[in-house]
Amino acid sequence: MLSRGVHPLMADRHIYPDSPELRARWGNFAWTEANAAKAKEIVARYPEGRQRSASMPLLDLAQRQVGAETNTQGWLPIPVMEYVANYLDMPIIRVVEVATFYTMYNLVPVGKFHVQVCGTTPCMLRGSDDLISVCKAKKMPTGGVSEDGLWTFTEVECMGNCSSAPMVQINDDNYEDLTADRFEGILDALARGESPKTGTQEPGRHTVEPAGALSNLHAMVGENHDYRGEW
Amino acid sequence: MALQDKDRIFTNLYGYQPWNLAAARARGDWDNTKALMERGRDAIIQEIKDSGLRGRGGAGFPTGMKWSFMPKESKDGRPSFLVINADESEPGSCKDREIIRHDPHKLIEGALVAGFAMGARAAYIYIRGEYIREAETLFAAVAEAYDAGLVGKNASGSGYDFDVFVHRGAGAYICGEETAMIESIEGKKGQPRLKPPFPAGAGLYGCPTTVNNVESIAVAPTILRRGASWFASFGRENNKGTKLFQISGHVNKPCVVEEEMSIPFSELIEKHCGGIRGGKDNLLAVIPGGSSVPLVPAEQIWDAPMDFDGLRAVGSGLGTAAVIVMDKSTDIVRAISRLSYFYKHESCGQCTPCREGTGWMWRVMERLRKGDADVQEIDMLWNVTKQVEGHTICALGDAAAWPIQGLIRHFRPEIERRIAEKGGALREAAE
Amino acid sequence: MPKVKVDGVELEVPAGATVLQACEMAGKEIPRFCYHERLSIAGNCRMCLVEVKPGPPKPQASCALPAAEGQEIRTDSEMVKKAREGVMEFLLINHPLDCPICDQGGECDLQDQSVAYGRGSSRYHEHKRAVTEKYMGPLIKTVMTRCIQCTRCVRFSEEIAGVDEIGALYRGENMQISTYLEKASTHELSANVIDLCPVGALTSRPYAFEARPWELKKTISIDVSDAIGSNIRVDARGREAMRILPRVNDDVNEEWLSDKGRYMVDGLSKRRLDRPFIRLDGKLKAVSWDEALAAVAKIAPGNSIAAVAGDLVDVETMYAAKKLLSGLGSSVLEGRQTGLAYDTANLAAVNFNSGLAGIESADAILIVGSHVRWEAAVLNARLRKAVKHGAKVFIIGPEWATTYPAEFLGSDASVLNNLPAHVWSALQGAKRPALIIGGAGLAKGALEAGLAISEQLGFVRTLEDGSVWNGFNVLHMAASRMGGLVLGYAQKGGISDVAAAKPKLLLSLGADEVDYTKFADSMIVYVGHHGDKGAHAADVILPASAFTEKVGIYVNTEGRVQFAEKAVFAPGDAREDWAILRAIAQVLNVNVGFDSFDELRSALFAEYPALLVDGGLIDFGPLPTGVSGSAAGEIAYPIKDFYLTNPIARASETLAKCSAELLHGSQPQAEAAE
Repeated sequence: MLSRGVHPLMADRHIYPDSPELRARWGNFAWTEANAAKAKEIVARYPEGRQRSASMPLLDLAQRQVGAETNTQGWLPIPVMEYVANYLDMPIIRVVEVATFYTMYNLVPVGKFHVQVCGTTPCMLRGSDDLISVCKAKKMPTGGVSEDGLWTFTEVECMGNCSSAPMVQINDDNYEDLTADRFEGILDALARGESPKTGTQEPGRHTVEPAGALSNLHAMVGENHDYRGEW
Repeated sequence: MALQDKDRIFTNLYGYQPWNLAAARARGDWDNTKALMERGRDAIIQEIKDSGLRGRGGAGFPTGMKWSFMPKESKDGRPSFLVINADESEPGSCKDREIIRHDPHKLIEGALVAGFAMGARAAYIYIRGEYIREAETLFAAVAEAYDAGLVGKNASGSGYDFDVFVHRGAGAYICGEETAMIESIEGKKGQPRLKPPFPAGAGLYGCPTTVNNVESIAVAPTILRRGASWFASFGRENNKGTKLFQISGHVNKPCVVEEEMSIPFSELIEKHCGGIRGGKDNLLAVIPGGSSVPLVPAEQIWDAPMDFDGLRAVGSGLGTAAVIVMDKSTDIVRAISRLSYFYKHESCGQCTPCREGTGWMWRVMERLRKGDADVQEIDMLWNVTKQVEGHTICALGDAAAWPIQGLIRHFRPEIERRIAEKGGALREAAE
Repeated sequence: MPKVKVDGVELEVPAGATVLQACEMAGKEIPRFCYHERLSIAGNCRMCLVEVKPGPPKPQASCALPAAEGQEIRTDSEMVKKAREGVMEFLLINHPLDCPICDQGGECDLQDQSVAYGRGSSRYHEHKRAVTEKYMGPLIKTVMTRCIQCTRCVRFSEEIAGVDEIGALYRGENMQISTYLEKASTHELSANVIDLCPVGALTSRPYAFEARPWELKKTISIDVSDAIGSNIRVDARGREAMRILPRVNDDVNEEWLSDKGRYMVDGLSKRRLDRPFIRLDGKLKAVSWDEALAAVAKIAPGNSIAAVAGDLVDVETMYAAKKLLSGLGSSVLEGRQTGLAYDTANLAAVNFNSGLAGIESADAILIVGSHVRWEAAVLNARLRKAVKHGAKVFIIGPEWATTYPAEFLGSDASVLNNLPAHVWSALQGAKRPALIIGGAGLAKGALEAGLAISEQLGFVRTLEDGSVWNGFNVLHMAASRMGGLVLGYAQKGGISDVAAAKPKLLLSLGADEVDYTKFADSMIVYVGHHGDKGAHAADVILPASAFTEKVGIYVNTEGRVQFAEKAVFAPGDAREDWAILRAIAQVLNVNVGFDSFDELRSALFAEYPALLVDGGLIDFGPLPTGVSGSAAGEIAYPIKDFYLTNPIARASETLAKCSAELLHGSQPQAEAAE
């Protein structure tokens, strides 16, 4: 007999409970002046009467505003989702559906740095296990924030940087061609308040060309070559 | 003969040069786009048809034919839309990212030309949420195009009004499915729609819509400029053109490279990727078209032409031409099991076989990985994949099933070995 | 009309039919969970897969596929059998095997279909999923681990109820159905999701663990909680009505039922009058039937007798009372307990002429003085449909939360006399304009003003297709109203006339909304079933039967005659109303012309042949013409609490809970450990 039992749902993804404290903190959420203009511009991207289309970009905007206020990547407290729903005149349950469906909306508070290690096969083949080990060694919690308020760790699915794998996305930036050492160096730099170089960490590599052995488009390296003359 | 640089469409693929409008123009983009449009809608579609371009998003549907499905004119006042799929999320795929961050004007010009050809009023470019910096570039490039009068009212002086909007995703692989993408642009969960109706009849906001991959759109202006016959001179019959290949995994130099369709796998790897890590003999298997296609063992892939038909002949597919290479150090069961986890994670949850089946398959795969299973469960798992495949609303169910089928087809002895090692062969059948 | 072949048999199907419908027309059963005739097509359960040629070499979801000329459909092939087995297995792998403790057991689609289409054993050896419960209010009990994510409840609340409060959160195998923040469902049709749920995820909270379906005797009946006449089924065990469920009637309630109609069932066994009482020295004293009837005889009213019918009584009761009174020489009958006194000379003018179903096709609707959600919840769902089809809705009266876009024009009835230009032109330009006057409108003279507008704008008209459209509607609130009006339960001045007549004996037929202080000089004989307002005022109480305890005819607000059957016996010494009235006739020495219920009915049908046809609509003839009048006064909706509008509902603990929690904001009571 194999064991039977139950697996509880989604320990790492749940809506942060509503409470008077949460309401007190976020109940008065409103766009900043800059974001109010931005929100208006976003809604205008969609046809008249289709303002619901803006729910995704506005949730992102709201999350970023929360992030700015909390010095983190940001997250979506329930009153903030309600604000977005009201702003777009749509049922709140539909906004909550969207917020819970897409993984980039943080449903619980995150740290200043949301360390998202890609663990899908192309990264796994090139050593993402080592990167995850680094995060674990640094005691970065999943679905929570480290004691110093700096770190939240999430293993994420393919981020589309497969030819410069393994990679990590920290807040808005990618760090590619990582090794455990390179990764630790980046984390330490971030912790010190520095801004480490983003993109590939492979010495001598520019982006996704064959590293150190360019096989094509050589002319482009030194000048903005126009090939039309050779057509 | 391998592709020459002069025949590469994405000349700034590696981003050595700026992406901006001035630099793009110097490379040939937006060069009298008005003249391209003056050829007329039918002529543009015919040229694309003649070029043999097949959709670069994975399914390989002929692009020109897809455009021709759009209504010639609106009979009921509904506008038409072009939706450009930049939700590049298929594990192994990382080509559209390079187009967007290094050559965004090729995409925007393509959007105008394609949108004009199909009579669309606007294009929505749906870029995956995780491409944050890429989206910043795209927004900026679109703004440049507006400022220069290339898109918007009287786009490029053509007399045609055409808007280009960017819509960011927020983390959901399924939004790469065209109707899920439409739902997502409408501000909903990305759950695929039932078809029929097809998007060409009722898509975005209920209007006729065509969804095309970034690469399919971005190559269109160059095809029009250089002619269908130029594009069709590359690749085998039915597999024409140039193509962005993305090689990841156990090669010495992983990279993205534009090559001729039908290039043999060996040539692609040797020429651009510095060969297999540890040499040709160290190759175990290849997933040649992104995570959704079945793996191909070393001996079958080596000489295979990298195109739609060539890879189908070895029981796999070209998909997005995302080539995931695995050498003999690979825990092949884990490599596939990790993909099973991916599909479980990305299932939208809408329809039963996928919602329930992806979790089941992943859990069995994890036990097979550890050998913690009964041999009969291999057949059971095969059977479960068949119960998912072809029974779902969208193709995610098939995509979750095929990698496992590929594994069992080619690596059954390895799975059995693990079970035997664990002593599973002696266990009673689980009941 | 495409021709298709189903399992080799060719048939023609209506244009627009789906493959599933084609299969059903061919007599083939197609299993399904997510598909529901009255909801949008979701196509998510995949249970209805069939093989269709031409098409891709894989099974197709028949619910979503249009039937097309030349299709060859197979429901009996190996591919289909395997597909069904596969889907069934997937549905069951994470479904708990808790049927023995599940209230859905015995009437569960999942159980039934797994027997019919499943494989018989599971090959799933992983952990099963567990989902936390979601609170959905006092009516809906959730066991979300049982949920199969068919989304019927989500679609119902969004599409039918128009209260978008249920969603499917998260995704993949973690997808969970929930209300927003697990708040109670807050509309009047909320419990219909229990019927829609194909499994035991949403079950009835008040009915939890009360009975098994096979223990129940099912009786068809009519809901009396409003004037719609929703078709219901009363499920009884022994002498107790255990639950009420809606029956399908496309003309009346489709297949919905208001929460009040469904959940006042527990009120049927509370606060019941189960023996006669008489008032002695100001106090009620239990007595025998003989003593009670003797007390009535002692009143010896002669012709100074009047009868007031309550909101819940059946036509037969009112007819028996009418016969009793006429035998004594009185015709002082009234049913409008709270004082309405609109003209009843032409009943077409107080009928819902477009029909309940017909209102769906109206394209401009003016509502005067009706809080439709509370007065006719099921009709409100029809109005929502009309709006979805493009109708514009305007409302005169205080604002209430509509479930569709509607424009409130002001709360004074006088708005009707001088409609805003855009409203006027909307009604004028409509193909099927409609007016709905509610009780609060009738109270302010809207009837005459409405008839004038109706005539002016031609609300009665012949449509292009030759059918006749009559958009003039009155929406009543009492189940007894139209039947009472047919029988003449209306005085010119309403109940004031009854009070002014100063009857020696006031016969109260379950009339619990009357201001009895106006009858201080009358002896009040109350024939009814609940210890409510009427009983408190009564001098003699004769315990009678509630609607589930007798056979009875009801005429709904559209003039539809509907027959209810008897589900259980009345408790204790209570008797059927007609028999009580016959006994009173006996002690007052009046010949009423019937000695049995059958004789009563024969006399009734002879006098009112229109009542003979169960389900038939009474023809009230053409609307009056040349009516004029003006409406005036602040409109005040009579219902202050949706859940507590009649004596049965007021006796219901369930509805008391609903009232407290959903309308008055009290915190949900913690459930006792089960």
